[in-house]
Amino acid sequence: MKFFHLIWGNLLRRKLRTALTLLSILVAFVLFGVLCAVKEALAGGIAVVGANRLIVRHKVSLIQLLPETYKARMEKIPGVAAVTHQTWFGGIYQDPKNFFMQNPVIPDEFLAMFPEIVLPPEQLKAWKETRTGAIVGRKTAERFHWKIGDKIPIKSPIWMQKTWEFDIVGIFDGSTKGWDTTPLYFRYDYFDEVRKGQNFGTGLVGWYTIQIQDPAQAAVVAQRIDDEFANSTAETRTEPQGAFVQAFANQTGNIVLIVSGILGAVFFTILLVTGSTMSQAVRERIGEIGVLKAIGFTNGQVLALVLAESCLLTVIGGGLGLSFAYLATAAGDPTHGMLPRYFLPAGDLWLGLAISVILGLLTGFFPALQAMRLQVAEALRRM
Amino acid sequence: MSDQSSKNDTLVRVDGVEKMFRRGSEDIHVLANLSLQVPAGEFLALMGPSGSGKSTLLNLIGGLDRPTKGTVQIAGERIDALSDHQLAAWRARHIGFVFQLYNLMPVLTAELNVELPLLLTSLSKAERRKHVATALAMVGLSHRANHYPRTLSGGEQQRVGIARGIVTDPTLLLCDEPTGDLDGKAGDEILNLLQALNREHGKTIIMVTHDPHASARASRTVHLTKGQLTTEALQ
Repeated sequence: MKFFHLIWGNLLRRKLRTALTLLSILVAFVLFGVLCAVKEALAGGIAVVGANRLIVRHKVSLIQLLPETYKARMEKIPGVAAVTHQTWFGGIYQDPKNFFMQNPVIPDEFLAMFPEIVLPPEQLKAWKETRTGAIVGRKTAERFHWKIGDKIPIKSPIWMQKTWEFDIVGIFDGSTKGWDTTPLYFRYDYFDEVRKGQNFGTGLVGWYTIQIQDPAQAAVVAQRIDDEFANSTAETRTEPQGAFVQAFANQTGNIVLIVSGILGAVFFTILLVTGSTMSQAVRERIGEIGVLKAIGFTNGQVLALVLAESCLLTVIGGGLGLSFAYLATAAGDPTHGMLPRYFLPAGDLWLGLAISVILGLLTGFFPALQAMRLQVAEALRRM
Repeated sequence: MSDQSSKNDTLVRVDGVEKMFRRGSEDIHVLANLSLQVPAGEFLALMGPSGSGKSTLLNLIGGLDRPTKGTVQIAGERIDALSDHQLAAWRARHIGFVFQLYNLMPVLTAELNVELPLLLTSLSKAERRKHVATALAMVGLSHRANHYPRTLSGGEQQRVGIARGIVTDPTLLLCDEPTGDLDGKAGDEILNLLQALNREHGKTIIMVTHDPHASARASRTVHLTKGQLTTEALQ
């Protein structure tokens, strides 16, 4: 730290140039942070799914439904610990823009399957006692200012094309950061009863979630399930929950590849901009570097000084950029429902900081090498 | 210090030194078979026309360059045989430089400029501050410690340069045309200061100069012509 004055002073030597370089680094890291949040929103769900859960869906596509009778058969398959199902309701609250997921579920077995959903016991009790009861995630409740006791009308373009009414009996939270708290869950018996009355889709469900006894046996159990329903009218495709979420996310393209591509281009540009700044900074003070060497700075110390300067520049720019990105994403989903997991994960913040250091080392390397190799007598002549 | 140098009290011993530079396909001989001895505590002026090799000789004595042939011993140590890394450490311990154009870091205050050589030592911050204050007081610039070079006059900048040169209490102070960029009055002040450092503090000083008025302040003057010592005069 005793060299800080020298490093800092050199950075401030050309204030406008340093400010413009800092700004370009800052913008790059804001972009990095926001894109990481988008990536997290679209593909990050995979990280929070349970390793001991499998998803069973129709072999043809997600849209095709499966018979409810499969549940009993699945429960008998060795390795299966529990089974529950959900169905895509696809309802609209007031306006199609107000998107959030609604699924009919069987409360007890659903909550047992997903312990990440935190619901107070009295609210669970109320849910079990109220046929039209629904629980909603805190994010959606806050978004629409819903509270317990509210009656919510939701129009379903899929199921009977009618407006369904639900009583909000509970508001749930997630036990882990990033757990989606936008969905609304309502009772399957209410859903099925209405369907029966209209004779539409009765006895069919969207997909099953399976809890397995041993995560190491996931592939074997998945194969057993698919074998069980092979050559039936509704063949199944069983995969880990992570793969299911990934497939869902991939409907919008390979997010990680897109994000990496954009960021690669941005950081390459920053590499050139900062590299040029550092080269110029070293070129214009060759004489001063000669003085440092004359008074006893070793080649290694000169190399370290230039690298420290470039790293300080990129870490300040990167740190500010990441801070702005964090603030920009802290407000949550800007689409109000399309990106429920929109936040900048701590891991990506650390990755960003590491990238800023690497960027500093890369951009400073050649100017630092040039400074290190300067012959002191020759450098002093250029003062 | 070796026995011989102790006996003779010779601090700087340059023996049969040659220095050759290559420019394109041409070899340029700057110093030819030059020998020089400087006793400890001497104030030596090195005079000669441009291109005579004064600065090159100063660079060799200061360990900034190596001779093509011959040896350079300072306080009994052969510095021409040291590696780059060893030379840098040796310079930090033994040499103080004063340059014609002051060569201060424009981004640092006078105080921080003077502190620079001390950053290479193991002194604590408080000890460094104390040494800096002493050096600035010796050159009469304590009141300008927090000023940046651009706010100081040429004479003041050179005094900061001298403070930086002496702050580590080096074995040898090497001055390359220290008054070359100053007017008469400021130049005189700098020469007074160098003379005081030599007489009152026993500093050994080698000063390259064009100016006979400056060389008159030294205790001995040697003349260099075409890379060879020609005349010597004791004052």
